[in-house]
Amino acid sequence: MRNIDTKQITEAVAKMCVEANLTLSPDMKEAFTKAKTKEESELGKKIFSQLEENLEIAEAEKIPICQDTGMAVVFVEIGQDVSLQGVNITDAINEGVRQGYVDGYLRKSVVSDPIERINTKDNTPAVIHYNIVPGDKVKITLAPKGFGSENMSRVFMLKPADGIEGVKDAILTAVKDAGPNACPPLVVGVGIGGTFEKSALMAKKALTRSLDEKPEIKWVADLEEEMLDKINALGIGPGGLGGKVTALAVNINTYATHIAGLPVAVNMCCHVNRHVSIVL
Amino acid sequence: MDKIIELPVTEAIAKSLTAGDYLYLNGEMYVARDAAHKRLYELLEQGKPLPIELKDACIYYMGPSPAREGQVIGSAGPTTASRMDKYTPALLDKGLKCMIGKGKRTQEVRDGIVKNHAVYLASVGGAGALLSKCITSSEIVAYEDLGAEAIRKITVKDFPCVVVCDDKGNNLYEEI
Repeated sequence: MRNIDTKQITEAVAKMCVEANLTLSPDMKEAFTKAKTKEESELGKKIFSQLEENLEIAEAEKIPICQDTGMAVVFVEIGQDVSLQGVNITDAINEGVRQGYVDGYLRKSVVSDPIERINTKDNTPAVIHYNIVPGDKVKITLAPKGFGSENMSRVFMLKPADGIEGVKDAILTAVKDAGPNACPPLVVGVGIGGTFEKSALMAKKALTRSLDEKPEIKWVADLEEEMLDKINALGIGPGGLGGKVTALAVNINTYATHIAGLPVAVNMCCHVNRHVSIVL
Repeated sequence: MDKIIELPVTEAIAKSLTAGDYLYLNGEMYVARDAAHKRLYELLEQGKPLPIELKDACIYYMGPSPAREGQVIGSAGPTTASRMDKYTPALLDKGLKCMIGKGKRTQEVRDGIVKNHAVYLASVGGAGALLSKCITSSEIVAYEDLGAEAIRKITVKDFPCVVVCDDKGNNLYEEI
């Protein structure tokens, strides 16, 4: 067994909250640069320039890329040969979120109850997904999720007979309905298969995959490319004001499913697709 | 067409704007989003006075991140306007002339824009750091308890936005 003090987890989470909100990962920056050259609309080009300048200002002056610094979504992979020492890991993660959002000048966007809606003033609690994996390490991925795009996300419970064409229609429908609301250019996370909740979780996880990593299953990799082309042919464009670039990438994850079902979840993310990982 | 607009947006200014115009705004506007709108709407329903003057007012749908030392405001980009749609027609009838946000509006809001000669503008979603540089002053004027959702009065300089819905019934998003 390898011992890991949960204090380390708190420190890492606090640091990652701030980092994720001030800088985008290199694959996202590269996707911006590539997409910008494809944009033909004058307004679209102008918006791309503003978004690039926005990233520079955010990093240089420590102003969050977007004022919606999100609800903290945390994926934790715990090696089964790890023994966690100290406080409960969930408390350790929430303490990290608290420190990151309060000390890092990030917006507190979480309310304690969906109906009573009282702001918790420290952006806790986080939404945490645990997974037990082989090994003696702990991997933490922190993905602050803004709700402009989250609100435009969908789950479709398709029938097996709908097949891959049904999946394509579902993804396009979600993007069309989102239109300008989800702050295009988008990154579209898709989960196909599993159950109702598994598909949604896969769609969310897909957003944290580096844009230069391709899925191993060939039809999935092909579908990602095809859907990116189809989405960009919609003409929604940067800011929803028309243009060639509506999405920067489509990331799809898949899983086994039931003989009677074909769940498809589409998790929208704006161009501020934030995620940072650390291995302890 | 690029235009420089001095706030407040009066009826005459609103009438001169067309969907697709690219604007740079100068002057004072309010900042309010979901929770503040809910309170304003409830006051109107009860026939009570509002904490802000709506005649010829401009409301920017936004909730900033906190300012660091030496900064006027934190990140300050637009939020999705449709969440304010339920409350907007009543505010338009009380004199609200200009709204800034991002994303689609309902038919009821667009009808209210036409009827009251108002205008809906979009600024770039997710460009909060850049837009914060166009804000030269910021003060909370109501509902301080709402934190990021408090009503603020801000002064802007060369604040960039696009006319999406005008008083002629045009809707830029629908033309795309």
